[in-house]
Formats: sequence, structure tokens, C-alpha cells
Amino acid sequence: MTTTAIPAKARKRTGDLAFAAATRTAGLLIVAALAGVAVFLTVEGLPALDAPAASLGGARNFAAYVGPLVFGTVLAAAIALVVATPLALGVALMISHYAPARLARPLGYVVDLLAAVPSVVYGLWGIGFLGPQLVPAYDWLAEHASFLPFFAGPASTTGRTMLTAGLVLAIMVLPIITAITREIFAQTPPLQQEAALALGATRWEMVRMAVLPYARSGIVSAVMLGLGRALGETMAVAMVLSASGVVTFQLIGSTNPSTIAANIALQFPESTGLAVNALVASGLVLFVITLAVNVLARTIVARGERRQR
Amino acid sequence: MTTQLEVRRSRPQPHPPGSAPRPEVRGDRSSTGEARPRDAVRGSARPRAPLTAARLPRWAPALVLVVSGAAAALLALSLGWGPVAWAASTGALTVVALPAWSRLVENARAARDRLMTALVWAAFGLALVPLVSLVWTVVHNGLAVIDVEFLTYSMRNIVGEGGGLYHALLGTLLVTAGATAISVPVGLLAAVYLTEYGTGTRLARALTFLVDVMTGIPSIVAGLFAYALFVMIAGPGVRMGFGGSVALALLMIPVVVRSSEEMLKLVPAELREASYALGVPQWRTIVKVVLPTAAGGIITGVTLAVARVIGETAPLLVIAGSTDSVNLNLFAERMMTLPVYIYYSYTQPGVPPEFGQARAWGAALVLIAIVMALNLLARGLGRLLTRRPVVKVPRKPAHPS
Repeated sequence: MTTTAIPAKARKRTGDLAFAAATRTAGLLIVAALAGVAVFLTVEGLPALDAPAASLGGARNFAAYVGPLVFGTVLAAAIALVVATPLALGVALMISHYAPARLARPLGYVVDLLAAVPSVVYGLWGIGFLGPQLVPAYDWLAEHASFLPFFAGPASTTGRTMLTAGLVLAIMVLPIITAITREIFAQTPPLQQEAALALGATRWEMVRMAVLPYARSGIVSAVMLGLGRALGETMAVAMVLSASGVVTFQLIGSTNPSTIAANIALQFPESTGLAVNALVASGLVLFVITLAVNVLARTIVARGERRQR
Repeated sequence: MTTQLEVRRSRPQPHPPGSAPRPEVRGDRSSTGEARPRDAVRGSARPRAPLTAARLPRWAPALVLVVSGAAAALLALSLGWGPVAWAASTGALTVVALPAWSRLVENARAARDRLMTALVWAAFGLALVPLVSLVWTVVHNGLAVIDVEFLTYSMRNIVGEGGGLYHALLGTLLVTAGATAISVPVGLLAAVYLTEYGTGTRLARALTFLVDVMTGIPSIVAGLFAYALFVMIAGPGVRMGFGGSVALALLMIPVVVRSSEEMLKLVPAELREASYALGVPQWRTIVKVVLPTAAGGIITGVTLAVARVIGETAPLLVIAGSTDSVNLNLFAERMMTLPVYIYYSYTQPGVPPEFGQARAWGAALVLIAIVMALNLLARGLGRLLTRRPVVKVPRKPAHPS
């Protein structure tokens, strides 16, 4: 009798085995793809380590080539975060706690629309509209605030400066930070909020005592994810920034440091030979930086989730 | 996803929407419950504290906003400012004046509350400025360009005026279709593995983490990955549309996996158990019961993923290249795509530059229209397909045959 049962079971399992194997293969393929990114970039990038200066845009070695780019990448991302973080927190609070409930949903959609706009359109807007609009402001800054190293003149006449690029990046990062933080704000336990209000707290005191402490790790990881996006953003920077590979904190001048991603986009189509390898190697550097930032952010999220359980 | 949101939103809010903050409302209700504490206070020799505090009327913020707007308008008229400076000074005046008035009439805590409320609204207004400005600029500059010729001609042999984005439109559709064809099977199967077969295994945990990390891969790195991959196959300097598909698929897969996984998790376990009880093998249960139940959400997720990658420029710049002619072969030669078309039309417009730049704005409008249409489609599909009851009994009980 058992012999009749076993084939029946085995017959059922063939389809299952095949399907399970297919799904596992798909999972492994994703793991392999991520590993492939690291492996292929390393293979293609390694020759750049001992490339001659001619292929590295005149830099002595690869470190001297990628250093200013890393500086520019971090500087642009820093500007973006400084501008975007307070705004994003305000918008998230607005949607989760301040707006009338009937308005909150459509307002959320509107902010999501900001995330849906393709980056090349942001770049087009930055170079064709925002940059020229900011020129008078830069002139004013160069005239009245030149004691700060950021605004030491002379100001750019095209508006294609580091500050413009940072502002465009800020607009692109804003919906990411907003989306994550508003989810977390909305999850704050209502009992804690009501308790704060019942004790006579004003709405802001309630937000500060109940909502913000609850959301702290979420805010940190949202900012980190925004940082990851700002570090890797390519087209907006490539179009807006008039880059010349210098290292300077001057934000409104016409000579600006480039970023890794923008440099790749600008140089790649015209590059051949070892110059391509150098670009791929700089891409690997960018990959490692963003990977580190993202892993850190996800770890913070995971820790926050575990604590809440 | 939508259902979760709805559930969350329908939870009782900490305070009724639209109500003003209620600080310091002590005893403005003359219910019987108030009587005893009052007597107790009267009984002791202490002086009676006032039971109500002065409050600004409900319309105070609106009044301050209007007055600030008028004052800023006076300033703007006398100093010759533009509308931007007027709006900025209106906001600044409101943020200063409302807390100041509240400080005079109410108290310090209420004033701080009013200040933060004003700042939160100001942050939101400020965040809307770029969106409105961007949409207005693109529509204003783009509408003038779009006509039948623009949509149906390529740039082959075009110098100066004329030409269009036909080749780029076709390229974008082909490359994105290729990316969808790669990422949907892989992403969907991986999501099935995560929810059905691999729950709790080490691979599943690693996969969840890696998919999370993958969402953060810069798009240009995805392009370099595709380039490095195809260099090994086709030699240095390779350009082909399919490479773009691979790069976009790398960006799409994490989105597809995450959204499909969420949707599969929402399928009630009772459905699976009912199917197992009928003797249906697991794989047929997944194919015939689980996937159809989650289909609406999965389609929504895939549409959103397509909307996300269709505007990607950097990877296509690297691997698909640019050309002026129509190329319908994904596996050979350069292939133009809309984002790359926008980029080159604006940065290398040719002589004279205004025609190329005008074409860039027109293409940007077309691209935004496509992305918005996909987003609306996804939301519409999501609403259409999730309105039905989630528990749907399959018509055929699916005998193992």
C-alpha cells in the first residue's frame, strides 16, 4: 500500500520541484547580478590603476584622478541634504499631522509627483530655467557675503554652479525623504499622541515629545537613503554643473568640482581605451560609497524595526 | 499597498482634522463635573486662578496671512520687486507676525506652536514651488514645439529646423519593453520564492537585504555594469539597445520584487489552505490561486516600476548611445532613447542652437506626459483591481490532472 502512496506523492512533487527550482534560480540570479556589478566593474576598472596620465585627464595616478570627483560628489550631496532635510521633515509633518485629513492624501500624491519627474527633465529645468533665475541672487551673494568662503566671488554669469546643482539635487531628494518619514510619522502610536494632548501639550509639543522620538531612527535612515540618491544622481548634475575638476568650497563661481556620476556621463561617450577603464573604476568607487551608505541606512531601519517589535 | 495605506489612514487621528490646536483649555466647559474642583478651590484660602485663557480667534492665521500679503505687496510695489520676492516676504512676515501676536495675547507655548505650524506650512509651500515652476516651464516651452512632424520624424539628415523624436520614442519603447521582459519574470519568481518557498531560509534573508540595497544602486553604475558585461561578449566600445534593457532591468528588479512580495503577502492563507485541502500541489496553488488573487497589485507595481525607469538617462547614455536614425534592432548598433535625446538636443543643439533646444523642451514634455500617464494608469489599475473583494474563489477547483 505504501508503494502506491509514494509515487503519487513523488508525481506531485516534480512540478513543485521544478517550480521551486525556478523561483530559487530567480533569487540566485538577483544575488549574482549584484555580485556581477562588483565583479565586472572591478575587472574593467583594474587596468586604470596603472594608467598613464594621458588617460586620466592629466592626473598623476588614479587616486589623484578620483579624489576631486569624490570631493565634488560629497559636496553636492551635502548641499542637497542641508537644504532638503528640514523641508522634507516639514512636508512630512504637514501631510501626517497638520493638513486636514481630506487634503492629506492628494498632498501626498503631489509630493510623489516630484519623485516621478525624470532626472533629465530636472537637469533641463536646472540649466534652462533655475540657473539663469539664480544669477542675480549669486551676484548679490558675491557682493554682500563674500567674507564667507562659500560665496567668495566672482559669481558665475550662467548660474551653472555647485549651489544650483545642489539645489536641484535637493528637490530630487526631497520626495524620497518625505515619503519615508511621513510613513513613520503616521505610524506613531495614537495613544502616545493623545496622552500628550490630554496632558495639555500644544500640537508642536505633542510632535516633539511623541512623534519625533518615535521616528528618530526612521528619519536618520530616510536621510541616508536620500544621501544615497544624491551621491549617485547623474544627469541633473551633468547638465547643470559647469565642471572643471578643481577642488574648492566656492559654491557660486564658474569653476566647480565635478561629481563621479556626472563625470562619467560627460566623458564616457567620447572616451576610448584606458580612459574608459578609468571611468569604470571611478564608477566602482561610487558604487562602493553608495553601497556603504545604503547598507548603513538599511541596518538602522532593521534595528529600529526590531526595537519596535 | 493601497489597502494598507487606507487601513492606516482610517485609524483615529490624534485630533480632529482642521481643528485649531487646543492648548490650555481648562474649564471652558460648564458641565457638572467642573463644580466640585471649583468648590474645593473656593474652600481653600488660595486666590482663584482664571479658568480660561485668552485665545486668538480661529480666523487669526488667515487674517495675518492676508495682512502680510498686503504689506508685502506695498513693499513690492514701492521697491519694484517681482512676484517671487512678494511671495517670499509674505511668508516671512506671516511666520514672524503670527507668533508675535500669539505671544501678546496667548502665551509663550502657544506662540511657539503657532510658529512651528507656520513653518510647516511654509515648508510645504516652498516644496511646491519647484514642482509648479518645472511643470509650467516644460509645458510652456514644450507645447510650442509639438506637432505631427515632431512626433513622426526622426533626426536623420536634419540640420537646424524640423525633425522630431520618432526614433527616440521607438527606442525608448523597445528598450523599456526589453527591460520589462527581463525584470518581470525574474522579479516575480524571486518574490514567489521569498513568500512561498524560501520563507525563513538564509537565501531569502540575504535576498531581502540585497534587494533593499539594490534599490540604491546609482543608475550610472547600472549602465557601467551593462557596458562591462557586453564588453566581455562583444568587445570594447560596444553600444546596443539590449544593453540598455539589461541596465534598466537591474534598476527595475528591486521595485518589482518589493511590490510583488507585498502583494503576495496580502493573499490570505485560507485561500492557499483551501487549495491544499483539495489536493492541489503547491505550484499549481501558486499559479492558479495566489498569483491571480494578487494580480492587480502586481500589475500596479510593474507599471510603477516601468514609470520609474522609462526616464532613466545615464545608463542609456553609456550603453545605448545616440543616433539620428531609427534603429529597431535591440541587439546591434546604437539606439536613441527619449531621455538621451533630450540631453543631446539641449547640450549639443547644433547651429543655430535654438531649434535643438526647442526640441529638447518638446521631448521633455512628451517624456513627462508618458511618465504621468503611467503613474495615473498604475493608480487607476490599483483602484480598479483592488476594489473587488480580495477573496476570490477560483471557478475551477483545479483538480491535479
